[in-house]
Amino acid sequence: MAEEINAGCTRPTGGPVADEVVEDTSVDIVKKEAVSMIQVGKKAPDFSAAGYKQGGFVNVTLSDYLGKWVVLCFYPGDFTFV
Amino acid sequence: MSIDSMFVHKMWDDHELSKMVDGGVPFPMLSDAGGTIGTMYGVYDAEAGVENRGRFLIDPDGVVQGFEVLTPPVGRNVGETLRQIQAYQLVRESEGSQATPSGWRPGKQTLSPGPDLVGNVWKEWKTSMAFD
Repeated sequence: MAEEINAGCTRPTGGPVADEVVEDTSVDIVKKEAVSMIQVGKKAPDFSAAGYKQGGFVNVTLSDYLGKWVVLCFYPGDFTFV
Repeated sequence: MSIDSMFVHKMWDDHELSKMVDGGVPFPMLSDAGGTIGTMYGVYDAEAGVENRGRFLIDPDGVVQGFEVLTPPVGRNVGETLRQIQAYQLVRESEGSQATPSGWRPGKQTLSPGPDLVGNVWKEWKTSMAFD
């Protein structure tokens, strides 16, 4: 029996069918993250990111803005209140 | 920039932000899926899965001149960001011959760092000038 799925942006995927997901607990995965903070007076780390701007989708690379002043703002998420 | 996709950015701009700003947000709303860029900048909260309110001021040479990071419930002061940009632009144009003391705003007095100013700031600058 085929099951109906709603069309979305995520790519539908398949995989093994099992009653239970067996997790491999034999290896402790230790997440080591060196939380680094930006230093003033040092180069801003370059990046490339996809985005939206006034009706179109764009790709932005920070280093393309050399020669201009840039304000880079991060925020928790779309539709957040503040 | 947030962890949302560019598609969600579009929906937010279409349905809410364009009602606050004519024509919608006039600059790129960038997507940082997985917080990789936010991690680089030290603003990604991996436990919450979101970015904090980081704001970085980057000069024409690509150098970070200043930043501010706030947790989600408190919003920024855009006026202060603009003031800092104006101050850094003045300093840059003066090629370092001028500095902007505490509370400086465009039109207010700047300082000329040098041997003559050592020990003499009190003659040039009063504490009341630190406030608006």
